Amino acid sequence: MSQISASEKAEAAALAEPTERAVLGLTPSMWLRILAPAILGLIFLGAWEVLVRVREIPPYILPGPLAIGRALAADWASLAVSLWVTLQITFAALVMAAVLGLVLAVLFAQSRVIELSLYPYAVILQVTPIVAIAPLIIIWVDDIRVALLICAWIVAFFPVLSNTTLGLNSCDRNLEDLFRLYRANRWQVLWRLRLPTAMPYFLAGLRISGGLALIGAIVAEFVAGTGGTASGLAYRILEAGYQLQIPRMFAALVLVSGTGIVIFVALSLVSHLLLRRWHESAVERRR
Amino acid sequence: MSGSALVALRGVGKRYATGTVAVQGVDLTIAEGEFLALLGPSGCGKSTLLRMIAGLDTATAGTIGWPRSGHDARGEPARDIGFVFQEPTLMPWASALANVALPLSLAGVATREAEARAAQALGNVGLAGFERAFPRALSGGMKMRVSIARALVTRPRLLLMDEPFAALDEITRHRLNNDLLALWERERFTAIFVTHSTFESVYLAQRIIVMAARPGRVAAEIAVNAGYPRGEIYRTSAEYAGHCRAVSERLGEAMAA
Repeated sequence: MSQISASEKAEAAALAEPTERAVLGLTPSMWLRILAPAILGLIFLGAWEVLVRVREIPPYILPGPLAIGRALAADWASLAVSLWVTLQITFAALVMAAVLGLVLAVLFAQSRVIELSLYPYAVILQVTPIVAIAPLIIIWVDDIRVALLICAWIVAFFPVLSNTTLGLNSCDRNLEDLFRLYRANRWQVLWRLRLPTAMPYFLAGLRISGGLALIGAIVAEFVAGTGGTASGLAYRILEAGYQLQIPRMFAALVLVSGTGIVIFVALSLVSHLLLRRWHESAVERRR
Repeated sequence: MSGSALVALRGVGKRYATGTVAVQGVDLTIAEGEFLALLGPSGCGKSTLLRMIAGLDTATAGTIGWPRSGHDARGEPARDIGFVFQEPTLMPWASALANVALPLSLAGVATREAEARAAQALGNVGLAGFERAFPRALSGGMKMRVSIARALVTRPRLLLMDEPFAALDEITRHRLNNDLLALWERERFTAIFVTHSTFESVYLAQRIIVMAARPGRVAAEIAVNAGYPRGEIYRTSAEYAGHCRAVSERLGEAMAA
């Protein structure tokens, strides 16, 4: 066969080339993505501080951002311990959600009977409010941290399960035919066709689960209300509320939100790195 | 042409569970090394017929025999085919090289050898240097070339193509037609090419099976007695125009019937 034409080569080169010039290692659109929300955030915090000062709102009603910052610095030692406790439960729950969600989804994809038998129970687990069943789990399970982990996992695992199940069943029909034509076995179809197809779906589910694992852990901590040194951020929030230490309460809240943001950004980054070479969602649109 | 029979269809039919008859009573013998075109309007069962030959669909009537082939462990005929779909049907997560190597690696060929053979197949379709490219970085015509390379990497006896160039622009389609013929003349596989384009069928094939719809059946068979290589001189010749007219008339009759 002859070589392909120069115009076709040029077209392919244009498709492969980055379209924007980098400034300090980041493209203008990436700068916009960072700066626009940052500036909006600063304006919001500034307005908040001004409002609190001008209206002379007492800190036990609404502390200003500076007071919250001071509380965060002053109580960092105890807050950091709690942050670490919450982080451990969140990450353990997320890892369990990812692994068990993926394994269950693969089982569902392999056997219709298993899927039909188990899926309704997965849905029931998902729609039952965690606040309502957390007390039961805390009573039934002796180790409080295991109980918290189970609660966080229940909240977190469903997006991974449902998304991955959807992904495993979203294969290109022609590619399925192709694998059949070449007499691929079940294992080859799973490993080389269905799992790669499901990858973007799994990662999208994981991003949702990351936030939910944190929420699940916090909600369970609220219900458990454990005291002592080994308690998480939720307990610090409760405790500060009882003591009317509202700036400290806000400081704990800031840590919770910050953790959620870091989890989301980290999982988005992982998703981007895994998909950037081939999936439309991770590819900059050409103009 | 007219080597010994590679595939023999006897009274082949396909009736779907809904009762729709997609294909009825097709008798057709495909000779080793020939280039055959299946031509017809949409809904005439030409793709279904191709899929039944490939073993992707089962015939509900008649037999599809492979006189010279043995049987595999499952008792199915050892088909030894390559298939090119209407869409390139590439794995978006894999490089061009890995896509082409897929049939070999599924068959258990060692990675190093599979990749060497895949690189050669890519070279054969004019894509040397694009081994590491991902499908999304390739143009439509280049993706189709990758798809052809993948179908030919196992050096199959029979290459089945289901309207492979229908979605491409005319210039690209002409170029791919020429390159496909060059490959066929060099490697002498047997080719069955499904198309709805009279011009494409006359340009490529030695024999054209015209099909009619509802139910899908063979309406006419036309031999194109032009030699190879065929190129732009053939495409602009009176001979080519004459064949096109004859095939168009048969197609018109088939659609009116």
